[in-house]
Amino acid sequence: MSRFILSKNRTKLDVNSTYNMKKVKYRHSAARIVLLSVSLFFSFNTLVNAQDSPLAEEQDRQETVQGPEESSVEAEASSGDAAAGKEIFNTLCAACHKLDGNSIGPALRGVGERRDTEWLHEWIKNSQALIAAGDEQAVEIFNEYNQVAMPPFPQLSDSDIDNILAYVNQPKAVPQEQVVTATGGDTAQGGGGVSTDILLGILAFVLLMLLVILYLVNKTLRRFAVASGVELPVKEKRGKPIWKAFVENQFLVIVTAVILVLVGSYFAYGWMMQVGVDQGYQPIQPIHFSHRIHAGENQIECKFCHSSARVSKTSGIPSLNVCMNCHKSISEVAEATATEEYSKEFYDGEIAKLYDAVGWDVSQQAYTGETEPVKWIRIHNLPDFAYFNHSQHVEVGGIACQTCHGPVEEMEIMYQNAPLTMGWCVNCHRETNVRTAGNEYYEKVHEELSKKYEVEELTVAQMGGIECAKCHY
Amino acid sequence: MSSNKKYWKSVEELKESSSIVETHSQKEFVEEIPTDEFLGNKETLESSTTSRRDFLKYVGFSTAAASLAACEGPVMKSIPYVVQPERIVPGVANYYATTMADGFDFSSVLVKTREGRPIKIEQNTMGTTGANARVHASVLSLYDNKRLQRPMANGEVVSWEQFDREVKEKLNNVNGEIVLLTQTFASPSTSKLINEFSQKYGNVRHVIYDTVSEDDALEAFRARYGRRALPSYDFSKAEVIVSIGADFLGDWAGGGHDAGYAKGRIPENGKMSRHIQFESNFSLTGANADRRITLTLSQQKAALAALHGYVTGGSSTSNLPGHIDDALIKAARQLRKAGSGAVVVTGIPDVDAQGLALAINESLGSGVMNTSSPRMLRQGNTAAVKQLVADMNAGQVGAILIAGVNPAYSLPFAGEFVEGMNKVDLKVTFSMKNDETALLSNYVAATPHYLESWGDIEFTTQKFGLMQPTIRPLFDTSQFQDVLLRWTDNNTTYADYLKQTWEGSMGSSSWVDALHDGVFEGTSPFNAEVGAEQTATSVSFDEGTAVRNLSAAPGEGLELELYTSVAMGAGNQANNPWLQELPDPITRASWDNYLKISRADAEALGLENEHVSNGALNGNYVNLKVGDTVLEKVPVFIQPGQARGVVSLALGYGKIEGIQREMQVGVNAYPLYKDFKSFQNVTIEKAAGVHEFACLQLHTTLMGRNDIIKETTLEIFNTRDSHVWNKMPEVSLNHVETPVTSPDVDLWDGFDRSVGHHFKMSIDLNACTGCGACVIACHAENNVPVVGKEEVRKYRDMHWLRIDRYYSSEDTFEQDVEKKENMSGLGDALSQFGEMEMASDNPQVVFQPMLCQHCNHAPCETVCPVAATMHGRQGQNQMIYNRCVGTRYCANNCPYKVRRFNWFLYNKNDEFDYNMNNDLGRMVLNPDVTVRSRGVMEKCSFCIQRTQKTILDAKREGRAIEDGEFQTACSAACDKGAIVFGDVNDENSRIAALSEDERMYHALEYIGTKPNVMYQTKVRNTSEA
Repeated sequence: MSRFILSKNRTKLDVNSTYNMKKVKYRHSAARIVLLSVSLFFSFNTLVNAQDSPLAEEQDRQETVQGPEESSVEAEASSGDAAAGKEIFNTLCAACHKLDGNSIGPALRGVGERRDTEWLHEWIKNSQALIAAGDEQAVEIFNEYNQVAMPPFPQLSDSDIDNILAYVNQPKAVPQEQVVTATGGDTAQGGGGVSTDILLGILAFVLLMLLVILYLVNKTLRRFAVASGVELPVKEKRGKPIWKAFVENQFLVIVTAVILVLVGSYFAYGWMMQVGVDQGYQPIQPIHFSHRIHAGENQIECKFCHSSARVSKTSGIPSLNVCMNCHKSISEVAEATATEEYSKEFYDGEIAKLYDAVGWDVSQQAYTGETEPVKWIRIHNLPDFAYFNHSQHVEVGGIACQTCHGPVEEMEIMYQNAPLTMGWCVNCHRETNVRTAGNEYYEKVHEELSKKYEVEELTVAQMGGIECAKCHY
Repeated sequence: MSSNKKYWKSVEELKESSSIVETHSQKEFVEEIPTDEFLGNKETLESSTTSRRDFLKYVGFSTAAASLAACEGPVMKSIPYVVQPERIVPGVANYYATTMADGFDFSSVLVKTREGRPIKIEQNTMGTTGANARVHASVLSLYDNKRLQRPMANGEVVSWEQFDREVKEKLNNVNGEIVLLTQTFASPSTSKLINEFSQKYGNVRHVIYDTVSEDDALEAFRARYGRRALPSYDFSKAEVIVSIGADFLGDWAGGGHDAGYAKGRIPENGKMSRHIQFESNFSLTGANADRRITLTLSQQKAALAALHGYVTGGSSTSNLPGHIDDALIKAARQLRKAGSGAVVVTGIPDVDAQGLALAINESLGSGVMNTSSPRMLRQGNTAAVKQLVADMNAGQVGAILIAGVNPAYSLPFAGEFVEGMNKVDLKVTFSMKNDETALLSNYVAATPHYLESWGDIEFTTQKFGLMQPTIRPLFDTSQFQDVLLRWTDNNTTYADYLKQTWEGSMGSSSWVDALHDGVFEGTSPFNAEVGAEQTATSVSFDEGTAVRNLSAAPGEGLELELYTSVAMGAGNQANNPWLQELPDPITRASWDNYLKISRADAEALGLENEHVSNGALNGNYVNLKVGDTVLEKVPVFIQPGQARGVVSLALGYGKIEGIQREMQVGVNAYPLYKDFKSFQNVTIEKAAGVHEFACLQLHTTLMGRNDIIKETTLEIFNTRDSHVWNKMPEVSLNHVETPVTSPDVDLWDGFDRSVGHHFKMSIDLNACTGCGACVIACHAENNVPVVGKEEVRKYRDMHWLRIDRYYSSEDTFEQDVEKKENMSGLGDALSQFGEMEMASDNPQVVFQPMLCQHCNHAPCETVCPVAATMHGRQGQNQMIYNRCVGTRYCANNCPYKVRRFNWFLYNKNDEFDYNMNNDLGRMVLNPDVTVRSRGVMEKCSFCIQRTQKTILDAKREGRAIEDGEFQTACSAACDKGAIVFGDVNDENSRIAALSEDERMYHALEYIGTKPNVMYQTKVRNTSEA
């Protein structure tokens, strides 16, 4: 269900192409029920709208690009082995060159057509020598790329270079039209959901028809019976209806009332207790940042970007210059990164949003100086009267980020994993042992306290970690 | 002994049957809940158009709306830096050393910044002058929303380019002299720059104007030592201090002498300094003196002359009253005995008097006074200022550039100045405010706050400070020096200029080191005796003539002394609500200045102070006439201890322009500051009307609990056992007297406090001078709200830490004890206390910083119905705002009266339009401390955010905590070392030693609350020999 609502929201947002975020609650059962019914009522409507939306059109036009390695197109007449070339390219060249699009150095696809092979060999082995010799082409390209010297690669044999050239000279794969599902509509919502709805509708319709038919048959038969004089059995009138008996039995009424009140208050309490608890809160961010790709697939350590979690009370949303450390040279995602739900173009578009924000001109490979801060939606909101310090937990306590934030490395869209209620905090403080080993600060207090409580390991609570003013001041 | 002394906080208490005192002793909250106001009377209720049904509808609707709104949380944005500066980590504070220098207050400080915004001033322990309350409050003046935000030309906003172009053009074609009228910058680089400016434009005159003048002291110093400067004093070396009218714990000679003074006041090895104060106005210094003698202003002069006679071995021909003469003879004897440990200081605004004080110190061979590296913090030249105004009126001045001063407000002859300004073609004012002077100018250059500026300060000829920006300028401002650089076609910034100027003059420290430390020793790279040539005649000093002149000073009629108050100083930060709400240490009045008058004079003039039913103080108005200047409607405050025949009034109040309406309080006393002399002859007449003071005097009465203060004399302290003068209260257990600290007589079981940290605080009543720096530091650290004059008047001030001032009645301690011991019975006691009322003519004073005592057996904790206040293992009494439902039981049950209730919402509320009600002012809030809401109780937390941070830092670095690392805001702000904070479970810590000190006692020990705040018994050095 939550997925459903989420997708609906995003669809709407994308259509409006604004960052106007709406907070969505998943634990909100009442809201859920209302939304469920509303969505059932209007599901057809939604579908119709979605089909009209530009997003749908865009998705209709969606293309999948296949990589060169999958391409069946033959490499140009060249002695090199493209597969071996790819390997060398990725290790030595990819830091500065891309196949398509300029990076620190120029784009290399089809470089064999633009330059003489001999010249290329010389250039790759020692570009500086070529420049020093006053080669016109060499000087030109050196100046064009901000006089950044390309390191010499004397270790490459001629065949190695041929292999690389074979690889880079492969033409770009011709994009293939993807077969668009006839139903079209909102891919994010998932095809399964759509057909189920339709199926359900048909079923409901059939059921309704059956009921109508049954009623009509019954009516006709009765009419026949009356017409043919058949006497219909008349129901015997019973003594007392059951509800009357129930109402007259005071004991039963009281018991029922008590049970109803108890059950009602149980649910009311449960409902009220989750007011303000935003577990599962998953807002749509201005840039679709996928923790799945970064922390999951690429195994980037959390604190590599959230570095202030080590020293500060806040984990810190990384500033954009941190993103640019890597994304200066990663302007597009690999083919394999794309999923059914999110295409490569989608991800590349999100990286482009980063470039817009940080003011990075991809074609010039330079900062324009025009920046626009990204207004992320804050997911984990503690009230102002609660003090939480990341470094205390992460650095001192050695608690893994996932303990509270959940399987972030699997999250395509970040959400609030823990309820962040006081009970949840206190519970953990009662159960978790303090990591005292090797920390000189704890030496004395650990010795004294463990004697006092007659335990080896001390919980946070025993250390005074559930005193009110440790978090409220 | 101490318990024999009768303490009082207000004259009202000395009256035999004061209903007000009675009311107050029974009630924590004086005001009833104003239900009448809320419900109105019957007629208004009936005439109301809101029917009961309507009312219920509204209530129903708003409840429903509120609960609906509560279900959806707001969407919060989180906006990281695009490019994060290297040194800024969100959530981690950075500290920068800089120097405050606003022409009146000069101090080396550390600035705490969070995410690039300064939020707190800490003292720089390497600095030469400590940080007073105004320095601590100066961070709020940075976020003053009355600041000028961009340069203006003829009332229109202009760009700096246009501003520079136009002014430069006019300066080049100026007809007449160009005059720079500035504050004391005490900055060698600025002097050099002004010199370059003079060379470029020619015909330039630089006049330095100190709003509150030290001209006489400067002239006296020059006559003797050849340069305009002030002697440096190191009071920590002093054994005997005699002050004649010098408020040296206040702003005398540039201030900042109190830290040294306090060092000598703590009895060590049976010794402490002896301080004798001869004065008229009841000053902070007088309140700290061992012996205080009141005399009139003219008598002060004669007394100094007489003292000179007695010290130099001669005699005196003065006709001073016997007890003053006697005190002088004794003082002179003690001075001579102390030799190099003796010092005489005076605040008499007279060259002869200042010269004589220097002469006395020299003849004593005083090691306290240092004339070889004198202070440079005052350079104003009154003669030059007078000459300038005359020249302006004569039309000789073509252009005037005014920087850092507001003469249209502060000059005694401001009227003439305003006239003169009309005759000047080009008037440029460099100001942070659109103040009185700026309004007269064609061009107003918006200047940055010192926390946004560069600079260098020459504290003494050897010790310097650097000023560096701690925040990017908030507005489109440019500092005076940068503008001058542009006008002299110099392309360097002032920061670079500063660096170039100091190249080679920094002694052993490098530029980076000096910037890091904020202070360095060196020699001034540029020496120019500014304005020297303008002094009419050089003063030649002759002791004999001086003595004659002083002895002959006539004393007729009522005299007026103008002084600077602890909160406001010269009035530079009048728009600072923290300072406005800081109560004066002596009068305990805030949001005001007033005419202090002795009881005898008030009676003679028919002037009264009266307490209204809720205990608030009202007073009459008077009109003051000095020469032909009349100051109307000055409220009168009857001050015990004020000298008869002398009234006093604080400068720095009554500013109007560039000041928020709520802070346009008090009267402007500068028009009475004739000839820049703080002593004036005055006539007084009673005026109509009643003034309402916001005074904390009667609040929280003693209820006869005199044990709250303990004091003794040095003699008794040295000779008698501590249980004589610091007696532990005892109770009878099975007919055996048992100390109240014994577990046998305790109602409660104690917890084991030996494990982990256990925080305690020690407050030394000897070292505390009552300066109020801690109160402001607490304000800044803990987001304490400002409530305004009306609320303070209702005793709803929110200060977590207050400095209680207790008077005691006798002239000397011995007399007091004697009288008390001879009392018998209640009737006798009452009548004798009545007599002591007369002795209120010169009461003794004890200052007692009072904050939550963090009782181990806290009475507040047991009465809270929702457990919103409870005890932590580290000793803190914790207050949990989110649990509090506002029953106020805890405050009622607190014997120390330190709990504060949020009667209203003090933030984002137009009714309380102070710093928490605007975006700019809220930038000063400490992000680590909750901003409290309406209806919750609050109180001192022992700065738990700071102790927690210290602990966390140690944990992260995996090390034990050293002594001195734990600090609260108040202990860190106290440059006197009066407040010491620490972990008593660390056996080697200072606090552990202090908790065993024989002077240690707990306030109201006998009620068994077991406080974690300790006081050190006050010891007075009463030895006359």
